[in-house]
Amino acid sequence: MTTNGVEGLGLLGDPTRRAIFELLARRPSTVGELARQLPVTRPAVSQHLRVLKDGGLVVSQAQGTRRIYRLNPDGVTALRAYLDRVWAEALTTFAKAAQAAPVDPEQEDA
Amino acid sequence: MTSTTIPPLTGTITVDAPIERAFRVFTDAFGSWWPAEYHIGQADMATAILEPREGGRWYEQGVDGSECDWGRVLAWEPPHRLIVTWQINGQWQYDPDPAHASEIEIRFAADGPDRTTVTLEHRHLERLVDGQALRDGITGGGGWPSLLELFAKAATNQT
Repeated sequence: MTTNGVEGLGLLGDPTRRAIFELLARRPSTVGELARQLPVTRPAVSQHLRVLKDGGLVVSQAQGTRRIYRLNPDGVTALRAYLDRVWAEALTTFAKAAQAAPVDPEQEDA
Repeated sequence: MTSTTIPPLTGTITVDAPIERAFRVFTDAFGSWWPAEYHIGQADMATAILEPREGGRWYEQGVDGSECDWGRVLAWEPPHRLIVTWQINGQWQYDPDPAHASEIEIRFAADGPDRTTVTLEHRHLERLVDGQALRDGITGGGGWPSLLELFAKAATNQT
């Protein structure tokens, strides 16, 4: 059984995939609607949607002849993926701050 | 509805800094590095504060002086270990109920005099999400949009 551990982060590590996730967070959409808002082709959007779907972030539903994509309504994976991004970014900014901090704090005197 | 168990989130980063400095920057200087777009208050965030003791508050301060809690310090063991609660739920709001508190454990390990590995685990995420509330939120336009707006903002700022 696989979990979404590091995978969750990987799924949203790609800028186009992040953009798709963000657009779907605003409103459920079809492949065509997504492609119109992004500088990539429909097949490329479909490919990214497949990855997001396999990762459990996105689900799809047929509506007549259209297929509508939306964030996974159980939300859990989406929340987790979101927090994954928060921590990835926070740890990076923390590392920069730790490395830039004064080398020899005068804490010893306190 | 039974609660779903969510696997913990983990992260590791190695910094070129002695362990004491790494711990000090993470805690005393928390507000200096925390990405300012991740906050819950109405007002823009001025800083975020992690009180350096067991039972201490972890909260943000807005530019207007308002304060919003994020969680509490559960374990304070400088310079090796820190556990704080994260009580910000799927509606991106503080939930004061300890039963709904997720936990973040941060461990610091010296890799040498000037190198420290920091390991983070964010666990008990299922405590944050009341399954039904989350479902209602995401389908009925509850609090999720604001959380996701923050996400969108963060994603946009990434280069």
